[in-house]
Amino acid sequence: MEKSWNNRAWFLVLPVLALVAFSAVVPLMTVVNYSVQDTFGNNEFFWAGLEWFEETVTSERIHAALGRQVLFTAIILAIEVPLGIFVALHMPKKGFWASLCLILMAMPLLIPFNVVGTIWQIFGRVDIGLLGRTLTALGIDYNYTNDWLDAWVTVIVMDVWHWTSLVALLCYAGLQSIPEAYYQAAKIDQASRWAVFRYIELPKMRGVLLIAVLLRFMDSFMIYTEPFVVTGGGPGNSTTFLSIDLVKMAIGQFDLGPAAAFSIIYFLVILLISWVFYTVMTNLDREDRP
Amino acid sequence: MAWMAWTWPTAAFFVTIGSLLVLMTVLAVARPEVPRVGILRIETTRGDRLFISLLGSAFLCLGWLALMGPPLWGALALCLIYAAAVFRWV
Repeated sequence: MEKSWNNRAWFLVLPVLALVAFSAVVPLMTVVNYSVQDTFGNNEFFWAGLEWFEETVTSERIHAALGRQVLFTAIILAIEVPLGIFVALHMPKKGFWASLCLILMAMPLLIPFNVVGTIWQIFGRVDIGLLGRTLTALGIDYNYTNDWLDAWVTVIVMDVWHWTSLVALLCYAGLQSIPEAYYQAAKIDQASRWAVFRYIELPKMRGVLLIAVLLRFMDSFMIYTEPFVVTGGGPGNSTTFLSIDLVKMAIGQFDLGPAAAFSIIYFLVILLISWVFYTVMTNLDREDRP
Repeated sequence: MAWMAWTWPTAAFFVTIGSLLVLMTVLAVARPEVPRVGILRIETTRGDRLFISLLGSAFLCLGWLALMGPPLWGALALCLIYAAAVFRWV
């Protein structure tokens, strides 16, 4: 039977469109509008053309922040994704322990970002923090407030502590959906543990892994609160990531024009990398199919 | 709307993007999109190719600004060539 094709149902999404325009599209347009102007307050704007964009793409300060951001995100993904998969593979499949694991794993995800920052800020302090005091007692010279490497390690460990369980929970959900028959077939073929992982578990987890990688990429690329609370971007500028720098520029210095140009470029970079991740991972899936 | 400090160039920019979207919608109704696989070996529809063109053009302009500085007329010409190439081969 020929199905009739009617696109008029699309009119039903008009209210959502209006709401999104009001809350997202128009504010984004405002950012573009500010990026080509200069203001000294008092709501007076002066035409600046492409000056802020030129300043942003040639600014050493922003290049440095971008470099730190890319490094941070790369380290985070390189640790959290394999670790999350590893944890998911070793979680109990059913029963009391499975439920307990799930609850324990979900705990860090429920803690607000600024509280996570505060926990680690105190945890790492050499005078009153458990971690800081223990490391000092062991003879390790650890101080995240004046050593850039210590600050980086603290911020990275904090992020791993906070977000690995998201990757693990998503992978766990992916693993749970694999029918038992696949494992039985693998057993009959005497497949090794690695072969089972490589040809059954990993392909079946691809969908959830795509979501996990995208979420972790975007979240870590936009990270603000936790490093801001723990290190405030210091020592020096060593943990000043892109959004910390952006907020300093927009709200600290009230440079709306340069900050707007900066945010647009920031947005474009996120859009590009997310699109590449998405395209690569969805197309890998397609090539596997006969 | 004066308090939002809109300018003509921003308006022109968004009108261009907006009309491109309207044009694509009309085209999609008149001649439904057919996905195809091009030189990137990914499946793209007409809308995907527009997205790739616009995003790539933004980076072309930024690159031009970083290397040559304003004005961007040269970059604009480059973007048009790039977009035509994307629509032809990707």
